[in-house]
Amino acid sequence: MSDAAIIEVKDLWKTYRAGDVDVHALQGASLEVAKGEFVAIVGASGSGKSTLFNILGTLTPPTSGTVKVNGRDLASLSNAERAIFRRSMVGFVFQKYNLLPTLTAEDNIRIVRYIGNRATEFTAEFKEVLELLGISDRMKHKPRALSGGQQQRVAIARAIVNGPAILLADEPTGNLDSQNSTAVLKLLKDLNQRLGQTILMITHDQEAASYGERTIHMRDGRVL
Amino acid sequence: MINKLVISNLAHRPVRTTLSVLAIAVEVTMILTLVGVSYGTLDGTSRRARGVGADLMIRPPGSSIIGLNGAPLSDKLVDFVRKQPHVAQATGTMVQPLSGFDSITGLNLDEFTKMSGGFHFLEGGPFQTDQDVLIDEYYAKEKGLHVGDRIQLINHEWRVSGIFESGKLARICVQLSVLQELTANDHRISQIYLTADRPDHIQEVLANLRARLPGYPIYTMEEFTSLLSINSVGLLRNFIGVVIGVAVIVGFIVVFMSMYTAVLERTREIGILKAVGAQSGFILMLLVRETLLLSVMGTAVGILLTYVTQWLMKHAVPSSLTQETVYWWWPIAGAIAIVGSLLGVIVPGIKAVRQDATEALSYE
Repeated sequence: MSDAAIIEVKDLWKTYRAGDVDVHALQGASLEVAKGEFVAIVGASGSGKSTLFNILGTLTPPTSGTVKVNGRDLASLSNAERAIFRRSMVGFVFQKYNLLPTLTAEDNIRIVRYIGNRATEFTAEFKEVLELLGISDRMKHKPRALSGGQQQRVAIARAIVNGPAILLADEPTGNLDSQNSTAVLKLLKDLNQRLGQTILMITHDQEAASYGERTIHMRDGRVL
Repeated sequence: MINKLVISNLAHRPVRTTLSVLAIAVEVTMILTLVGVSYGTLDGTSRRARGVGADLMIRPPGSSIIGLNGAPLSDKLVDFVRKQPHVAQATGTMVQPLSGFDSITGLNLDEFTKMSGGFHFLEGGPFQTDQDVLIDEYYAKEKGLHVGDRIQLINHEWRVSGIFESGKLARICVQLSVLQELTANDHRISQIYLTADRPDHIQEVLANLRARLPGYPIYTMEEFTSLLSINSVGLLRNFIGVVIGVAVIVGFIVVFMSMYTAVLERTREIGILKAVGAQSGFILMLLVRETLLLSVMGTAVGILLTYVTQWLMKHAVPSSLTQETVYWWWPIAGAIAIVGSLLGVIVPGIKAVRQDATEALSYE
């Protein structure tokens, strides 16, 4: 692993069983991401980018191969260790925002702090991040009272509240109109540049990918 | 924070939460009402027995504590008892069961008055004719009866001659000889009450009677009233046990259905919690706390509902059933509700814990 690489993936395979058929979602994918990099992973449906997202986020284990994040081999982690890893090392931004509908925006963020065994009060630094995201006046609202763009900004705030090593964004603009898409992408870029946040963004949109410093293309479970 | 999530989850589905709370409440009310009626009935019997003013009572061999059936004793036994040393007074009564929980009691009013101090009449007075009946205030209220009204009991028409304050002997009383004749029980009685000439002779009288009448249940009134408890009445104890069993099953099914639906509905939310690092224990604790909150709310509502059933019984059937508030059964009923609920959350909890995060996140 190179000195600056925060993510190192080598010969990664993931095979699903769909009925009687084995589906090879990843077929020897390899890549490296340096700390503080903003990488866009682009590929068509079925190219394996979402599977890579899930493995990097420890939501699912690989079938074979090596995945290291911050020098930690993810393949050797137990279920409980993977959960602990997710609390501190990974932040997720999903296409469908995935906020808890029963909690306010503020509590959606606080609960991540709570699960991470941290104080649920926001620091002054994090309050500045909320200002940057433009949602500090929407914190008392529940997701249903927020626009798609606002929900995605809350999701971004939730993803970085525990200071994760990597931010994984899966089609973060997939459900947004062009104006909100641009705003969210600018925010991600801003977070990357201001805070040095490592970001891996999965997208099928070349324009969205252009916000990243580097674009990785995937096809048929392999990195091109 | 977890409590906030628990409360917001329950508030998010108000209909399901309300129905779950009500179902648990019915379970708790069922237990508390049955226990309350049992205690009320036993205490009522005990109070009326004490109201007779007797020191001792003799019941037929093989009779149960809570009820008398028929008149197996000869009234010659009353004379025999009167002749025993230190016996001041003795009177026999006959109890004839009616439908439901009611019974009609035949008594010698003069003897009974001498022993107990007599009924305190709220309306009317003692028997005027053989066709007269005395009833207590609760029976009068339940049946809407007043002095001079006529009622049919044991296929015979009676005239209400007096309504007395409840708490002595029985709810419905007629003359002993009339009841004996009507039920073809000439010279037969159901039990004998007696008093000793001095309080310090009660034990002596008791010992003498037990020696002279082997096989007869003979009690001091203190003994008799102390025996009127749920634990000494096997039938009641077993019945309460069955009701508690049913209540636990009801609680289990209600919470199982409610939490199973909740877990299915919240598949994506469980996926979100797992994605942000929640472990199995957190997910399980979330569901357990929701269940506990439902149980506690259900118990509270159930306790309140017992006051409604108490009011209904007091106004609809005041003479037949008396429901007491048995406070020390509140935590027991609550614990039973919680146990049933916790059993109900096990399977949904395991389902939630086992959900695959990636599948849960893509759940629509």
